[in-house]
Amino acid sequence: MSSCCQCGNVVPDPRQQQLAEVFKKYAGQKGALIPVLQGAQDIYSYLPAEVLKQIADALNLPFSKVYGVVTFYAQFHLKPRGRNIVRVCLGTACHVRGGAKIFETIRNELQIGDGETTADLRYTLESVACIGACGLAPVIMVNADTHGRLTPDKLKAILAQYE
Amino acid sequence: MSQVTLTINGQKVTVPAGSTVLDAARLLGLEIPTLCYDPMLSKPGACRMCIVEIPGMRNLPASCVTPVAEGMVVETHSEAVVEARKTIIELLLANHPNDCLTCERSGDCKLQQYAYEYGVREVGIQGEFHQYEIDESNPYILRDMNKCILCGKCVRVCAEIKGENVIDFAYRGFNTKIAPALDTKLAESACVYCNNCVSVCPVGALVDRRLAGKGRTWEVEQEPIICTFCEAGCNFNLLKKDGKVVGVAAAKAAPGRPMCLKGRLGLELIHNPNAAPAYLKKDGEFVEVPWAEALGLEGILAKLLEKGQKAE
Amino acid sequence: MSKVDKILICGGTGCISSGSGKLVNGLRAALAGAGLEIPVVLTGCHGFCEQGPLVIMEPQGVFYRRVQVEDAEEIIAKHIKGGEVVERLLYTEPTTGEAALTYKDVQFYAKQQRMVLKNCGHIDPENIQEYIAAGGYEGLAKVLKTMNGDQVVEEVKKSGLRGRGGGGFPTGIKWQSTRQAEGTKKYVVCNADEGDPGAFMDRSVLEGDPHAVIEGMLICGYAIGADEGYVYVRAEYPLAIKRLSIAIAQAEEAGYLGENIRGSGFNFRLKIKAGAGAFVCGEETALLNSIEGERGMPRPRPPFPAFKGLWQKPTTLNNVETFANVPVIFRNGADWYASLGTEKSKGTKVFALTGKVNNTGLAEVPMGITMRQIIFDIGGGIKDGKKFKAVQIGGPSGGCLPEELLDLSIDYDSLTAAGAMMGSGGLVVMDETTCMVDLARFFLNFTQKESCGKCIPCREGTKRMLEILQRITDGKGQQSDIETLERLAKVIKSTSLCGLGQTAPNPVLATLRYFRHEYVAHIEEGKCPAGVCTALLSYFIEPETCKGCGLCAKNCPVGAITGVVKEPYTIDTAKCIKCGVCITKCKFGSVQRR
Repeated sequence: MSSCCQCGNVVPDPRQQQLAEVFKKYAGQKGALIPVLQGAQDIYSYLPAEVLKQIADALNLPFSKVYGVVTFYAQFHLKPRGRNIVRVCLGTACHVRGGAKIFETIRNELQIGDGETTADLRYTLESVACIGACGLAPVIMVNADTHGRLTPDKLKAILAQYE
Repeated sequence: MSQVTLTINGQKVTVPAGSTVLDAARLLGLEIPTLCYDPMLSKPGACRMCIVEIPGMRNLPASCVTPVAEGMVVETHSEAVVEARKTIIELLLANHPNDCLTCERSGDCKLQQYAYEYGVREVGIQGEFHQYEIDESNPYILRDMNKCILCGKCVRVCAEIKGENVIDFAYRGFNTKIAPALDTKLAESACVYCNNCVSVCPVGALVDRRLAGKGRTWEVEQEPIICTFCEAGCNFNLLKKDGKVVGVAAAKAAPGRPMCLKGRLGLELIHNPNAAPAYLKKDGEFVEVPWAEALGLEGILAKLLEKGQKAE
Repeated sequence: MSKVDKILICGGTGCISSGSGKLVNGLRAALAGAGLEIPVVLTGCHGFCEQGPLVIMEPQGVFYRRVQVEDAEEIIAKHIKGGEVVERLLYTEPTTGEAALTYKDVQFYAKQQRMVLKNCGHIDPENIQEYIAAGGYEGLAKVLKTMNGDQVVEEVKKSGLRGRGGGGFPTGIKWQSTRQAEGTKKYVVCNADEGDPGAFMDRSVLEGDPHAVIEGMLICGYAIGADEGYVYVRAEYPLAIKRLSIAIAQAEEAGYLGENIRGSGFNFRLKIKAGAGAFVCGEETALLNSIEGERGMPRPRPPFPAFKGLWQKPTTLNNVETFANVPVIFRNGADWYASLGTEKSKGTKVFALTGKVNNTGLAEVPMGITMRQIIFDIGGGIKDGKKFKAVQIGGPSGGCLPEELLDLSIDYDSLTAAGAMMGSGGLVVMDETTCMVDLARFFLNFTQKESCGKCIPCREGTKRMLEILQRITDGKGQQSDIETLERLAKVIKSTSLCGLGQTAPNPVLATLRYFRHEYVAHIEEGKCPAGVCTALLSYFIEPETCKGCGLCAKNCPVGAITGVVKEPYTIDTAKCIKCGVCITKCKFGSVQRR
């Protein structure tokens, strides 16, 4: 819940309502923790500490366990993320075809390291093992778009497409 | 229950079906090193110290989770097994502070003991090692995760015996760490300081702060004592140096035995003439409190007097 | 040329990223604009991703590649209306330089034997009727009508099918154990957590023919007595999850999933679980923990999942490709299936061919074929006319095979004997410019990052092996390093808790076995023979060919190149940071790296 301006009226946080729906959807289901975390992250774009606590309470699981699961899987994020997620594939095929150079170029371009987010929250950079598009190596993914057969000089234009 | 006969190091042994190779070996009095195994807790089969050689099996299986089979042949100290154990010890030491001189657990540390037994003196493999901040956030448990070997006994005792689930494994791979929720300091967690975790830790990662500096394990005599504050009857040890009690330690974890802080402090107040003050967490901070408050006996005298007056 | 009655456009992840989504819409609009009523079908993956977007003009099967939306008008005008082939869109064989007219003329496909991938790229995966029309659910119908569970298990055993996800365990025996395990509640789990870098066959099957996997799981459920199944798909495969969800909904609608399936009294429900990013969850017990909502840390085996699996109930786990083989067996019979392949490895295997090879993509071939046939006949040989050096098979759990073993007949056992592993079937081809120490470091880096951290040998040991390999590639290798690597590898292999740790040292052991001299060259001579490890290279300018233009010096970021115009320049190796800009700038190829 958050209060708006100074009128004192409390408006419900729409994200909290969505989270409640996620809880409802998985209520009583076995093995619900991971899908619930995925649902929560879809809503918040990351997993804030308060949300983790809520999830632990809603699923009646130890908070420590929820934290253990969140930190085990690469997909979950505890910090706010950029509007655009740039995933650079460093899998085998991309490696052999110069994936490291691509990664280096983007790092220099965005001035951030692996797993980091630019100050303006525009981009988050991640290296990934393989996105299964080896035929197009080297590849990057920006959000849901795959860009393949890359060379370092193509990157600037690609990144610029994402606001 | 049906019985199974197997041969371990040339000796025949008959055990109930469903036993593990480790059970059978211990029945024969054979010493197999273990770090994560505890008969009271579930078995993760994680530390791989208890590996043995069983012809016909592809690798060296962990004896703590390998069930016996009729006619099985086991070698507990074959060349391959000893070599592997040495390497595992070496790997642990490569990521462990070389701190035995001042470590509280020196003399009572399984890693130290096995390094000695297996003659691992030099660590030939060196590289990155953990540099975690030592958690001294509370007056009862000191957590030095640099010394942790990730056997997970503390996690299991907290979950399976105590039912508190304050800590769990966090992160993954080389960065795996035992942590409270959100990886906070213990003082910020829901820990109740029963010290069950301290009692099962095989190394110096978890230390009872009230016992720190009170004496080396070989100087201290341990006298088992059962707490009588409530009907649970938990196990503690009175630690005596030169015949005098210097502290009280949580002893063997057991189901249904909460081993509460109150009990431990109470025993200390009774038996240790030089007991350090008691602390309780108030508004998120540990503060020194009068013993009556620490033991939940506040106002009891007044109540007793009140009762007495009424009786008169 | 015959009249075009259907246009197939590949809608696999690869082709979509190359623009097939736009192409479908553009082509449909252009056809409508031209008043033509020809259906445009978005199919699953054809497995020739590098050439995408791929278009097939049916019924003749004319094969166009790298087709963009801008080409739509020309295809309509020239091909559909004019009856002429658009030659510039045809595929040119890299070996012969000849253009291939139809799908069947492309050597990449012609040399394959597509059984599991038969439907991929030829049916609409979002339409169950197309699967049924292609013989789908016939195997299931046969099973439900004429067989009991024991007979199904026997048939699978007779087929000789072995698990396609890694170790190659006989599928029939796995099913039999679960069938015989005590308990009334049992589960079927499909492992679609395909994580080996370089492998993407499971993604293709799920995207291109999801009903085949559902049918395989149904037959398994019937055989072992399970009424519930899960498909654990890695989260990185959103399109596969989407297509599978559609397929499940359609199968429920059509009465192939749910209660009393096709009036047989057999009930089966199927759910999808999306992974959350952990390679180790491809290990079966870690996968089960992950479905249960735990950290994906493996459990000790025994007990095996066949006896205590998901929620401690008897569970059969197979991977996508294994399940996709099952309908083929029941449609054509176990004897027919067992006639394919080698004595101990039956049927076909899908390989994901990548790396420095001309044709990259999915190749389904009978077991027993040689590596040479895959790489040179199907793969069209090595890219840019370079020399073959080795092929990594089985991803980070596998090993490399050198040139001497190119004629090895490939099956589970021959690969294991050669120090590699079938694994999921990733094939990464490497040429003379690949450094084998760097390759081993790359794979170790992968497994080390993905180690779950539970057991000591894998958690601590892979870290140390990686550090040693890093040191060697940094030019700081020590004499004792090879011995230490071998000692650690042996212990990690023999004592790790799960398959990840037990196979993690394989890439190091295999490269040490076949390319030990490269390790020695790094450590003793301070040289990287392939010219990859930057720390071991130095740059210099050949005075014979240098024209003295000064472009290299102008672009050198650290001023390491000096000289007088029109005379040969020189590089100060002490100042040089080995960035390689000079090589890319030199127009005469005078800058050398050695």
